[in-house]
Amino acid sequence: MSEFYAEEQAPDRKLNFSIWFRLLKDARSQWKRLGFIAVMMGVLAIVDIVVPLMTRFVIDRYVLPKDTSGLWLFVLVYLAMIAMQTYAVYKFIDQAGRVEFSIAYDMRTRGFRKLQELPFSYYDRMPVGYLMSRMTSDISHLADAIGWSLVDIAYALIFLIIATVVMLVINWQLALGVLAIVPPIILVTIFFQKRILKAQREVRKMNAQITGAFNEGIMGAKTTKSLVREEENFKEFSELTGGMRRASVRSATLSSLFLPIVLAISSLASAFALAYGSNQVLKGALSLGTVTAFVSYSVMFFHPIRDIAYIFGEMQRMQAAAERVIGLLETAPDIQDTPDVEEKYGDNFHPKRENWEELNGEITFEHVTFRYKDGEQVLEDFNLHVKPGETLALVGPTGAGKSTIVNLICRFYEPTEGRILIDGVDYRERSQLWLQSNLGYVLQEPRLFSGTVLDNIRYADPQAPEEQAHAAARMVDAERFILKLEKGYDTPVGEGGSRLSTGEKQLVSFARAILHNPRLFVLDEATSSVDTETEQDIQHAIERTLSGRTSFIIAHRLSTIRSADRILFIDDGRIREEGTHRELMRKKGLYYELYTNQFQEEASRDLLKVKAAP
Amino acid sequence: MKTRNKRLLAKLVKDNAGLFVGAALCTVASVFLGFMTPAVLAEVLDHYLGGMPSRLPPPFDRWALDLGAGGNALGPLLGAGVVIILISLVNGVCSFYKGRWTAMASENAARSLRDKLYSHLQELPFAYHSQASTGDLVQRCTSDVDNVRRFLSFHLMNIITTALMVGIALALMLPISAKVTLVSLAVMPLLLVFSMVFFKKVIKAFRGADDADGKMSAVLQENLTGVRVVRAFGQAQKEIERFDDANRDQRDKFISSVHLEAGYWGLSDALSSVQIVLTLVVCIFEAIAGRISVGNLVVFTSYIGMLVGPIRQLGRILSDGGRSMVALERIDDILRQKEETDLPEAARPDLSGDIVFDNVTFRYDGGQDILKGLSFTIKSGETVAILGATGSGKSTIALLLQRMYRPQSGRITIGGHDLNQMDRKYLRSKVGLVLQEPFLYSKTIYDNLRIAAPQAQRAEVEQAARDAQAYDFISESEKGWETLVGERGVTLSGGQKQRAAIARTLLKGSDILVFDDSLSAVDTQTDALIRRNLKERRKGVTAIIISHRILTLKEADRILVLEDGRLAQEGSHGELIARPGLYQRINNIQSGLSEEEEAALDNASFQAQRGTV
Repeated sequence: MSEFYAEEQAPDRKLNFSIWFRLLKDARSQWKRLGFIAVMMGVLAIVDIVVPLMTRFVIDRYVLPKDTSGLWLFVLVYLAMIAMQTYAVYKFIDQAGRVEFSIAYDMRTRGFRKLQELPFSYYDRMPVGYLMSRMTSDISHLADAIGWSLVDIAYALIFLIIATVVMLVINWQLALGVLAIVPPIILVTIFFQKRILKAQREVRKMNAQITGAFNEGIMGAKTTKSLVREEENFKEFSELTGGMRRASVRSATLSSLFLPIVLAISSLASAFALAYGSNQVLKGALSLGTVTAFVSYSVMFFHPIRDIAYIFGEMQRMQAAAERVIGLLETAPDIQDTPDVEEKYGDNFHPKRENWEELNGEITFEHVTFRYKDGEQVLEDFNLHVKPGETLALVGPTGAGKSTIVNLICRFYEPTEGRILIDGVDYRERSQLWLQSNLGYVLQEPRLFSGTVLDNIRYADPQAPEEQAHAAARMVDAERFILKLEKGYDTPVGEGGSRLSTGEKQLVSFARAILHNPRLFVLDEATSSVDTETEQDIQHAIERTLSGRTSFIIAHRLSTIRSADRILFIDDGRIREEGTHRELMRKKGLYYELYTNQFQEEASRDLLKVKAAP
Repeated sequence: MKTRNKRLLAKLVKDNAGLFVGAALCTVASVFLGFMTPAVLAEVLDHYLGGMPSRLPPPFDRWALDLGAGGNALGPLLGAGVVIILISLVNGVCSFYKGRWTAMASENAARSLRDKLYSHLQELPFAYHSQASTGDLVQRCTSDVDNVRRFLSFHLMNIITTALMVGIALALMLPISAKVTLVSLAVMPLLLVFSMVFFKKVIKAFRGADDADGKMSAVLQENLTGVRVVRAFGQAQKEIERFDDANRDQRDKFISSVHLEAGYWGLSDALSSVQIVLTLVVCIFEAIAGRISVGNLVVFTSYIGMLVGPIRQLGRILSDGGRSMVALERIDDILRQKEETDLPEAARPDLSGDIVFDNVTFRYDGGQDILKGLSFTIKSGETVAILGATGSGKSTIALLLQRMYRPQSGRITIGGHDLNQMDRKYLRSKVGLVLQEPFLYSKTIYDNLRIAAPQAQRAEVEQAARDAQAYDFISESEKGWETLVGERGVTLSGGQKQRAAIARTLLKGSDILVFDDSLSAVDTQTDALIRRNLKERRKGVTAIIISHRILTLKEADRILVLEDGRLAQEGSHGELIARPGLYQRINNIQSGLSEEEEAALDNASFQAQRGTV
């Protein structure tokens, strides 16, 4: 929401053509189509210019001399022209649509690929909502602008040029008189266009605020009742809708004013063409048909001029979106495999698995310092040695650096200073995919993907035999609930797994991790509570999953922590205490304090839950 | 169209009838004047240049100046020019007011719809909001309202304008030549029907494309939220393929929709042009036969040129109009829901008396009984704590006390007054409720604390913040009291939100305070500080504290233990720990755990000596 506000409040900026040329250059594959469209627009502009000339011809050639010879040929020509126009209209819309959606497709493909490469530090800075609007609405608007604005500009320019030439050729005095209105129309258009755009921006801003207010009013409805805030809320809301009304009426008024003024200016040209032209007819210097043609022309100049002004306004408005999209497409990933590594192990999309070494699971932090981009230091000179197969529980207050340690192990981040060794080798000397393929990762909030339960278990290896997937599910006691589902393993889980409960999602994500059979296992434990029975299943699943793998757990559950080989109490980016549960309890230090404060409550909650179970 | 939709629409139009009628009158004038310009041209062509009698009906034909034999033509011609400019100016004024009044009318209607929806939603019962989907409701209140607004400002006016145009054009053309008029309108019905039918297809195709677009967004969203899983399992390549499928499908569906649309525009352009040619040809023959003048040829071709666009538009509007009706229905669905009500002459009694639950039974809509004949009394000024298992009905008690729900049977009274007979807003203003997951508004933290007490002074606000242990984190944040919180602001932690909510409720100044597990996210130390401050502050105020922290519970005058919707135990901390039951078990865990641990540790050291650790 705040993002949206920022967009709408962006101050007027000068139109920067270089951005648009850049986008156009990227759309190289569409140049041919755009050229063809320009030709079609030329045809249409010519047809529009020729129609008044046809009427002129009819009057001067057939009606006034009362001669119908060759009329059928004329009709034939006219019909041919209609056929051409039909074809041109059909083709230009069709092709402009293809340009628009092909460009959008290309940009999204590039953007998506980029997003698969960007490091997590990028995701930390950019909320999902922000990335979503870059990839969806921003790209749509840009592609729309490129596909259709150019079309309109082509038409407008071709029309203005050819119409001017034709008029000058037919009668230059009359032409100059009619064309005299073009400069004032341009000035008036620019004057109004600026104000109309500003008024429309105000309307959009108010609209966004109203949407926000509805959102808040509905989400906060219960609180509002409880605090008896209805009247004040309504008063504030009504001020917003009043503002919206004013802004909309203002915008509509400006538009309603603009059109009559331009038409009044055009009527000057019409009046001139009529009076001066007719006088010339009386003098025998001009044909009757010519006068009607010029009267028609006099009102045709305004549309192309308005279109050009409108498109420039739109481009100005879209500029910020263009910059943001280009920014996304051109962000350089700051975690990248070196060329040597890529040479040997392959890249993210084309791995050379044959060269991959077996991962044993010994992990060493050597004087690791980590700072975020904004300079916030999280770890300093951090040292840690983990034996293969060891289970480590990380505990400590939020923001102490537990997640950072885990993210460093996964190479979602790299150390600012120092090294992380896996089996004695700096992990930057192997490919990211090598490490990640050996990694099992279960998140606090389990993430599933649309598809069936089976698809999700086999996420890492869709070719895995079904029987193996079932075995993995059995191992974490997930099969029990899976078989109860409507279609068993073939039940769709819905978007993001929405049709399963949190506990069920967790079990599936454990099965997924087991099937993947990783050497390293990372568990960011859920704090959210699930029902007691599932809770026990999950504890069981954790034990099964951990055994025999080097594991790191950001632990919140008592039983998990107790079963770890080693507990690290992390605070302020340092290991403050280290040992088994019993050792640390004896110490009566930080861990003991945390334990008594936090886990007692947990134990009580568990008891209360047990009582609640039927 | 359903009758109740019609009623809502009629009301929206009626409330702004003056503006709509004014706009319609302006439309008539503007359409008429629009047809006059070609007529002036025709007059010049026929009368001045062709020497025919003036087309102005008597007595106005006197105004048509004669050129006189070989006389100066420029004067009358300039006169005609001036008339054209005047027509354009008057037309301009009319179309300006048409635009402005239409906008005013439709914006008024939209505003009243928005206001009505907002205040109605606020007054809908708690139960409605418990099962409502925010996204869907917001959609109805925003884009559906906008649909209705567009219907009023654009569709309705367009239908009127087009009908008027056809009517006026007929009235002007028929007297000149019925035959030409007939031919000139021959293709129009076809154009209208074609537009309606074909455009309906186009809309349908675009809806399919919109669905594909939604699917693509969903894949993207899934990928972005699950990016860690994707990376951890090394599935980037597969994700790229998955997205490509959706992306490609979206592209192809849109391209084929536009393809269809291109066909629509091409063909309807062709139909329009054929109509114009037809008119032109019949005019040529009629003119050569002397049945119509050159001027009228210009009149006919101009009018037909002016009519084809709106008629084509009308077809599109008619095929799209259904959408506005659907929108109207979705809005009306909300407005039809029943608001909360009070009895007539609802009471506003003094609420400092005892709270009595008398055999109260309650279940949520369609659910099982939560409270099963619950009875208890809380004396005025007493502090009572409630302990209970999940689902035992603790939070329900809090909600019943604010009359967010009414019990199915039994009575709840305060000072002897039945809650059902009270003014609900009065009751809620006297009962302060702090929830476990409080909602903060998108305002500054200062305004948030004052939200239920807008007249509170700065010092009072700060004191309340101090009492709720919220002062420090507020004044230490970058923008201090001006920090924007809520949806659009800084995200506060659960504990900070809880403390802000307590401060906010303290400022409200209630006779009864209910804390529904509202310190669960605050650490025990801060919890203790807050409780101490509250004790000072709430002197004489009846307090109900729902918690599972023994430290919190034990300070209450009395503790109620709920099990399975009934009162299982009741007494002071000292009494309850002596009796076997839920309270004793919880107490053992929370206070006795360290001893249990000691035992475990001894055991551990024993094992350690044996070398098993």
